[in-house]
Amino acid sequence: MTTGILIAGFGGQGILFAGKFLANMGMLEGRHLSWLPSYGPEMRGGTANCSVVLSDDPIGSPIVNHPDVLVAMNLPSLDKYEDEVVSGGTIFVDSSLIGRKVKRTDVRVIYIPATQLAHENGIATLANMIIVGKMMKECDFLPYDGIEQAVRTVVSAKHADLFDVNMKAIGIGYQYQ
Amino acid sequence: MGNKVLMKGNEAIAEAAIRSGCRHYLGYPITPQTELAAYMAKRMPKIGGVFLQAESEIAAINMVYGVAATGRRVMTSSSSPGISLKQEGISYIAGSDLPCLIVNVQRGGPGLGGIQPSQSDYFQATKGGGHGDYHLIVVAPSSVQEMAQLTGLAFDLAEKYRMPAMLLADGTVGQMMEPVELPEEKDVEFTEKDWAVTGTKMQRPHHIVNSLYLVPDELERKNFERFERYRRIQETEARYESFLMDDAEICVVAFGIAARVSKNAVLAARAEGLKVGMIRPITLWPFPSQALKEAADRVKGFVSVELSMGQMIDDIKLAISCRKPVELVNRAGGMIMSPDEVLAGIRKMNGGDNQ
Amino acid sequence: MIVFEKPKSLTDAELHYCPGCTHGIIHRLVAEAIDTLGIEGRTIGIAPVGCAVMAYNYFACDMVEAAHGRAPAVATGIKRSLPENIVFTYQGDGDLASIGMAETVHAATRNENITVIFVNNAIYGMTGGQMAPTSLPGQITQTSPYGRDVKTAGYPVKVAELLSALDGPEFIARVAVNNVKNVKNAKKIIQKAFENQIEGKGFSLVEVISACPTNWGMTPQNALKWIDEKMIPYYPLGIFKDKSEGKEAGER
Repeated sequence: MTTGILIAGFGGQGILFAGKFLANMGMLEGRHLSWLPSYGPEMRGGTANCSVVLSDDPIGSPIVNHPDVLVAMNLPSLDKYEDEVVSGGTIFVDSSLIGRKVKRTDVRVIYIPATQLAHENGIATLANMIIVGKMMKECDFLPYDGIEQAVRTVVSAKHADLFDVNMKAIGIGYQYQ
Repeated sequence: MGNKVLMKGNEAIAEAAIRSGCRHYLGYPITPQTELAAYMAKRMPKIGGVFLQAESEIAAINMVYGVAATGRRVMTSSSSPGISLKQEGISYIAGSDLPCLIVNVQRGGPGLGGIQPSQSDYFQATKGGGHGDYHLIVVAPSSVQEMAQLTGLAFDLAEKYRMPAMLLADGTVGQMMEPVELPEEKDVEFTEKDWAVTGTKMQRPHHIVNSLYLVPDELERKNFERFERYRRIQETEARYESFLMDDAEICVVAFGIAARVSKNAVLAARAEGLKVGMIRPITLWPFPSQALKEAADRVKGFVSVELSMGQMIDDIKLAISCRKPVELVNRAGGMIMSPDEVLAGIRKMNGGDNQ
Repeated sequence: MIVFEKPKSLTDAELHYCPGCTHGIIHRLVAEAIDTLGIEGRTIGIAPVGCAVMAYNYFACDMVEAAHGRAPAVATGIKRSLPENIVFTYQGDGDLASIGMAETVHAATRNENITVIFVNNAIYGMTGGQMAPTSLPGQITQTSPYGRDVKTAGYPVKVAELLSALDGPEFIARVAVNNVKNVKNAKKIIQKAFENQIEGKGFSLVEVISACPTNWGMTPQNALKWIDEKMIPYYPLGIFKDKSEGKEAGER
């Protein structure tokens, strides 16, 4: 099985970081994976996106043109990528930043007010990981086991103090109904 | 995959270079290869190596020339506009028969161009690039694993044949992360080269590292000798990956990120019942001409997939002596084709029977 | 008793320089310094592009021929690779002060532990007498046939003064080789520029005012006189910076 995930939003929302977490989950699972960021000035305040492919087989293109899973963290990203999602795919929408509903009827849509939840819980910068938590809950290709180790790897030794807040964010997302 | 680590392509080059015994990195910042320099800046001082941010690409490549003259493993890295600036120095290094590694993480051009991935420096890399008759060994990784693997190979080949090698990557392979199994740390034990400048110690005649030959027949002889060496390399060092070619009627040719995209397209075409395979050049110089020549006996046509206006396609046509049609699927300026676009090219070639 | 002999650090190759050219004297002074300091076996020289391009045939130590203006970058690579060796560049004014200005300034500001011998004869010699960055105002050359007009061609570059304004370099001096007194002083200064490197002090540059009778269109004697009358007034001799002596032109 091959799953193409596209995470998109504004620079600064932790798009690449969320992708790195998913990539590290794939590493722990011993799966084939690739992580590809958009790069350049757009990382500093413009739009940013990140392609993650998780697969049981060697990966061809690391570019996710037609995502199985789209995470839209702002309206331009939903507008741009909604039509690209494969039929039967899943779209995660940060409903605190995106006012409209998904038009497609052949995909599964999960709305979560991630940015609002992040503010309410005093972890304003971690809406990305709240959505990741929700992905853990909703997507069967991401097992919850090993999550601590993946978080530890992505936050790196230098930012070890951020481990707890990231775990908290994932927990909030995981439990959100 | 116990020994694998998750790394960016640019970082994998840096770590692989260190593990293969490179202790000298001299460069100048440019997107999209900066992670490589940053990695070297962090690591080199801790392992007794040299990291130096030069005042320009021109200075950096001439520092590389200096280190190479002492017989030590040395590298630089840059991206397209910066590689253009290095061409003079590369020509001198080739003309002085010195080994070194030059990494080009390509971006769109010409001019200042853009910063998104490209393969439009193919001609520059494979035909020489600077002034005079010369070649570089050119390797073209298409995964983070190959970024690491081919770094070591490029160093080894450069030293074996005493000529500069180029690792020709693109912004995508440089920026992406994949699991990579890094090469074993190589013993950096150093043997004196019998041509290097290290001081005579008053025990031998002085060595001269030089590319100036004012007597024309002497210079001609140097060129003949060098091209005899190139001929041996073309015979023995061409590397490529053959994918589903056994029964293929159409042969896709692509390298780097274009080959990764093409692989998806080849599989999709197979699912449609089309007999398609791919030859992926791993060395661009020497070009795997023999493999393509043999394929031309069996397939009805080729599809060249490139992030340029069509450069490698010339080498394909030369390799097969234009015996079969070659279709071009290309994007330029930092755009990357989708597997669907490659598939369309394959279908077009398949339907081209009666043309 | 031998009273005069060729320095050991020069090969037996016959110099190709024109009659009256002072490159030969400067080569000799460099070789004498290397001999005196006993460093020939660990010295590596970098030849420029210009009249001294074939210096690699004349110096008996290991030699590298650099691209035009890039000698300080090549020297940097060699010195970083072999810090125990003694590395010097030998460059002319077009090479060092025009096309290679960036490499010169940055090697100086990094205080790269190398020795630079900068031969300033105010003209491009090898290509046949074009205007150099150091050609004097009013000087007639092939490419300034009406005399260097500072309004269009700008002013000469005073390399020693320019570099001594930097915090980096250890030692910057200007000497001349147009008479016995000046040659004796040049010998002392060039030797010091090598000693500095041996002692690990850093970037040492000696600008040597040199004669080019062929391209100046003068007899050798008149060329030496022209140095006194025209060159030295514009390019005063002396030590411009010597950190270990507390002489800091660039001190703030």
